[in-house]
Amino acid sequence: MANYVEMWKELGMDLENHDNLCAVLPVAYGDVYLSQENRPEGMAFWDMVVADIHGIRPAELIEAQKNGQKVFGTFCVYVPDEVVIAANGIVTGLCGGSQFWVPDGEAVLPKGTCPLIKASVGARLGKTCPFFRIADMYVGETTCDGKKKAWEILGTDVPMHVMDIPQMKREKDIVKWTEEIKDFAAIVEKVTGKEITAESLEAAIKLINEKRKAMARVYEARKAENIPISGKDALLMSQIAFFDDPARCAMMCNKLADELEQRIADGVSVFPAGTKRIMLTGTPMAIPNWKLHHIIETSGAAVVCEETCTGTRYFEGQVEEGKATLDEQYRAIAERYMGINCACFTPNSGRVDDIIRLAKEYKVDGVIDVNLKFCCLYDTEGYTVEAALKEAGIPVLGIETDYADEDSEQLKTRIEAFIEMLG
Amino acid sequence: MNYIGIDIGSTCAKVVVLDEQKNVCLEMVQPTGWSSVDTAEEIKKKLLAEGIDPDASPCVATGYGRVSVPYANKMITEITCHAMGALKINHSQDALVIDIGGQDTKIIRIEEGMVKDFIMNDKCSAGTGRFLEVMANSMGMRPDELCTLAETGGGVTISSMCTVFAESEVISLIGRGEPKENIAFAVVDSIVSKVASQASRLHEKGEAVCLTGGLCDCEYVCKALEKKLQSQVITSPQARYAGALGAALAAAKIKL
Ligand code: SF4
Ligand code: SF4
Repeated sequence: MANYVEMWKELGMDLENHDNLCAVLPVAYGDVYLSQENRPEGMAFWDMVVADIHGIRPAELIEAQKNGQKVFGTFCVYVPDEVVIAANGIVTGLCGGSQFWVPDGEAVLPKGTCPLIKASVGARLGKTCPFFRIADMYVGETTCDGKKKAWEILGTDVPMHVMDIPQMKREKDIVKWTEEIKDFAAIVEKVTGKEITAESLEAAIKLINEKRKAMARVYEARKAENIPISGKDALLMSQIAFFDDPARCAMMCNKLADELEQRIADGVSVFPAGTKRIMLTGTPMAIPNWKLHHIIETSGAAVVCEETCTGTRYFEGQVEEGKATLDEQYRAIAERYMGINCACFTPNSGRVDDIIRLAKEYKVDGVIDVNLKFCCLYDTEGYTVEAALKEAGIPVLGIETDYADEDSEQLKTRIEAFIEMLG
Repeated sequence: MNYIGIDIGSTCAKVVVLDEQKNVCLEMVQPTGWSSVDTAEEIKKKLLAEGIDPDASPCVATGYGRVSVPYANKMITEITCHAMGALKINHSQDALVIDIGGQDTKIIRIEEGMVKDFIMNDKCSAGTGRFLEVMANSMGMRPDELCTLAETGGGVTISSMCTVFAESEVISLIGRGEPKENIAFAVVDSIVSKVASQASRLHEKGEAVCLTGGLCDCEYVCKALEKKLQSQVITSPQARYAGALGAALAAAKIKL
């Protein structure tokens, strides 16, 4: 990775500390990913991306910036990529998924903040992630309290636009969200210097729809009796989708889906027949958070679906295409995004319906509801989720954890016991 | 043929051996010590001394040290083993089991002989044997002495759930000259309160519970827990071996 050192230097990164991260990541990836057997060949692309995660894509983004494009860093699947792309901008996800960044976040945030927020703030302030350095503008949202306040702190260090997300889903909230998207579009136009037209927006809508459909195809394959891909690999695909070029992402996901469909036809599975099928529900798992998947899949079960923002919440539902005017397009975008069922909304019975539906579609034997520590929203909603699953006769295990490894043994015991319980 | 169950917990290692008819023919307990690998070796020696060859008998290991028993044929979590052991002890197919272990507390719901649901405390030793041990230590007595003494005390509570803070609370109570029995009362009260609140998600009002694990020897803990839960607490001297017993029962299903 030596050839990227100059680039990192120019980005003003803390090289010494960054070296520590570069030293541990390949080891972790080797243990968690490369140790798996019979992986789909298509995963080679993602292996390559991870091997140079702070090199290849950041270099592409910098190249694009040299050609006048702007990069927007986002933290939530509610922020519509379409708008940025229609103005010739680029979106990159910025959620931190490693304990490595947590201490730098704790330097400014209360310890009782969720690790996703701490890691995201830490990755910026600690100067140890190129993506956080590259973004010309951050786009925050008013989802949970921790994030809202974190934006104020990050906003002192980097240009920040915050979108005001409604907390309910009534018609007037959808109208409001449409307005928010329009305001966002105006900001994006100002930053990129490019006007959004009905044509450019339509093209962007199609592009992102294609990406979502491609991801959905990979997930569709996981519904098969013979599970053609491990949960870990599918999770990685979702995680990288936040960073990659959307057209390439769609192409790679489609290629992977082709292979998985072939595997299903050939009866090839990465798990022995009868392996218990688990669905994860709850908080997002930002890269490189593979903790739960790894524990589950080394305890004799398979993860077949993630009802998370690094899973189904990211790609389900499309923006309606073929609208004639910008106003109609913005409304269509708002409707698609307001269909995401995040715990920051109330009431949020749509999420419970999704979970029950997904549990059936993916024929799961059990659900593990996992919440990041100090995420009050998902933790509280866990009560409703667990009650609904029990009511539906689907076994469920609730888990609260963070990025640190200290509780791995405990979690392993609980997860193994849960799998034993499934029979 | 003998069937061996070994439960290596954080504080104690328990062994149960069953005979051909699945009757208990041997029970052993010893401190786990620093290394569960060494503990497993010692257990092997003791078994051999009793004329039982663990390499030639079906053997299941459980508990947090379950990975450290090289001669075990299978590993099963302590949740499943405690459940199976508790059922055997109680001659029943349905139960709510509360296991107060050395470093964690488990609540297990069993229906028709199967684990239906369970709760295990997170990274926190409040409401566990460890909590009792630390407090007894700072009061200069053994955990069982503390429990017995607690019965005669009252009137004091420890507010902190965190073991470290609770310990300093105990120390300041000692410093204030609070009678030992009152502090002991507060310690036991803190444990049973925590356990009861943990159990509340699975426990139904008035439903009898089976207590397993190291603390079930202590009569007062059972009484205090009964009061908190407002339910009958069933236990027996065998109950501390529930995990090992469950493991031995699982071993009886293994064909070598
Ligand atoms: S969990 Fe909610 S706040 Fe977080 S990324 Fe998803 S939609 Fe956004
Ligand atoms: S996991 Fe919860 S607390 Fe953390 S950022 Fe998402 S909504 Fe906020």
